[in-house]
Amino acid sequence: MTKVERAASRRGGKRSGPPEPEFVQLLTPEGERVSHPDYSVDFTDDELRGLYRDLVTVRKLDAEATALQRQGELGIWASLLGQEAAQVGSGRALRKQDMAFPTYREHGVLYCRNIDPIMPLGLFRGVDQGGWDPVAHRFNMYTIVIGAQTLHATGYAMGIVKDGKVGDDDETSEAVIAYFGDGATSQGDVNEAFIFGSVYNAPIVFFCQNNQYAISEPLERQTRIPLYQRAAGFGFPGIRVDGNDVLATYAVTRAALDNARHGQGPTLVEAYTYRMGAHTTSDDPTRYRVASEVEAWQAKDPIVRMRKLLEKQGIADEAFFAAVDEQAKVEAVALRERVLSMPDPDPATMFDHVYPTGSPLIDKQRAEFATYHASFEGSH
Amino acid sequence: METLTLGKSLNLGLRRAMEDDPKVLIMGEDVGKLGGVFRITDGLQKDFGDERVIDTPLAEAGIVGTAIGLALRGYRPVVEIQFDGFVYPAYDQIVCQVAKFHYRSRGKVSLPMVIRIPFGGGIGAVEHHSESPEAYFSHTAGLKVVACSNPSDAYWMIQQAIASDDPIIFFEPKRRYWEKGEVDTAAPLSSAYPLHSSRVLRSGGDATLLAYGPMVRTCLDAATAAAEDGRNLEVIDLRSLSPLDMAPVFESVRKTGRAVVVHEAPGNIGLGAEVAARISEECFYSLEAPVLRVTGYDIPYPASRVEEEFLPDLDRVLEAVDRSFGF
Repeated sequence: MTKVERAASRRGGKRSGPPEPEFVQLLTPEGERVSHPDYSVDFTDDELRGLYRDLVTVRKLDAEATALQRQGELGIWASLLGQEAAQVGSGRALRKQDMAFPTYREHGVLYCRNIDPIMPLGLFRGVDQGGWDPVAHRFNMYTIVIGAQTLHATGYAMGIVKDGKVGDDDETSEAVIAYFGDGATSQGDVNEAFIFGSVYNAPIVFFCQNNQYAISEPLERQTRIPLYQRAAGFGFPGIRVDGNDVLATYAVTRAALDNARHGQGPTLVEAYTYRMGAHTTSDDPTRYRVASEVEAWQAKDPIVRMRKLLEKQGIADEAFFAAVDEQAKVEAVALRERVLSMPDPDPATMFDHVYPTGSPLIDKQRAEFATYHASFEGSH
Repeated sequence: METLTLGKSLNLGLRRAMEDDPKVLIMGEDVGKLGGVFRITDGLQKDFGDERVIDTPLAEAGIVGTAIGLALRGYRPVVEIQFDGFVYPAYDQIVCQVAKFHYRSRGKVSLPMVIRIPFGGGIGAVEHHSESPEAYFSHTAGLKVVACSNPSDAYWMIQQAIASDDPIIFFEPKRRYWEKGEVDTAAPLSSAYPLHSSRVLRSGGDATLLAYGPMVRTCLDAATAAAEDGRNLEVIDLRSLSPLDMAPVFESVRKTGRAVVVHEAPGNIGLGAEVAARISEECFYSLEAPVLRVTGYDIPYPASRVEEEFLPDLDRVLEAVDRSFGF
């Protein structure tokens, strides 16, 4: 046994074992539809096909971005590979008026908010640092400092209460979802967000994608109890869902969001999933995890099980699957072309938007910068 | 005109800002029923309700982080950090988030927040209650930093800071909370002296004293004492620490040829270093002496029984002026 394998063995091999307890599942890895007493959601055939299309498309776009990084067109990329169901399920569970606060990996949620997938690529290419209006898109800018956005989300949700936008009407009442990972649960900010969310009864869903690793550190470095059980100490419900099951993730998130908007306060949802790829394109996961573990999770792939379901129910045929693949490919090619044509910013624009009301110091430096560069014009 | 303490002036300024804009919120530890440990928010929760004057959990990162979310929602949070030494748990939220949100969004969103921090020593307090952390924030692009020194400025500057769309760190000289001065509370906000401007408080032709916050009073007293010895010192209250308003400073130093910068914070890499560098860049041929600094020593804030020896006082300021004339 290698050192890494011995470490995996010491952890009891639970990663390849049966699902842990209190794991809401509506679709097994084999594509069997199962019921759950608390989450009986009926999906139309169109909705099931739509979810499958979302899963395939976000994976394809993600793979394209990874390729763009490998070709030097993006500086870095944080792949969502393996987490498609957690993101599509929760993303589609949001109502139009809801607000999402992502980390830097929620490309699938962004897609499900019907936002142009080119929007965050400027950040990864290095031509901007986000540059979008969070409120207009109902989707905050990506936050890189781990867990910091959970407090912003909580404050935003506190504002919903102040605005009188908590209530029974699902079409107008608002809720917030805060995304973070297993590593973030160790951050003070996340724990403070739990406290503020709880004591102000804010309409927020804390959505933890437990993908088992914080870069190289396994879950055991963050917790000795299942993460969803942490919620009990803060005074709100916690629930674990099969994060590779798009149907269960949708059902659990939708219920938690609606509870929040109706005034019942926060829920912690732990979406139990696995990061199939590297933390980012700068990472080498073979240094800290074994192939057998990855293979075990491969068998729980979120897309494969959805395809099996569609086939078993006879609501999609080969032509449908081919068309979905083809359409995803078209969108990926379009994304590639638009990344390649992204212009570098004019360097002088780095002085813009430091302050809403400007600053004489920066005005002076902008002018000096222009004069300095102008001094080279015409010289060789 | 009313005669008010600096603390009461802040209280009335906050009250007026809350009356003028229903989106203004006050957040912090003990700001509600208690009115804050220094009573700066006294009576506000009673009159504006606990939805607008919010007692928060005891977590500074949480206070500032949730204030960001409230600002995104359209509110104008005014956050109270109870003491200077307690701001550090919120440092990441202030420096990585508050300061950078507008820039990161390419101007599409603003965070109109004020973070009030009582700062400085001289009140005989225990550790962490007497610090001067202004340089940390002044060094950070995206934040504006101001310090008030007297009741009238306290009343107007807090209202100007709240009305500004910039995120502003607002330093209050806690040992001057009880000092009194004249405040024209009937005047319109638009007539107030501009927020990000330094101000000549006493004219003199022999040397320039530069200070902000609690050291302004010390410098004014030093100038009075110097006048008895026949030296006319000009005193400038910097007021805005980021951005610095240097034009009145340059004008003064070109006239006097001598400058002494005074602050409680340790001197190493402090505001005084920046002020001295700018003066040397702009007024080199006018200087009769190097720009001197009178500051706290480069040690942790000491135990309160010896703090009077740590803090710049009238004698140390005058000694520096003497040294300036020795060149």
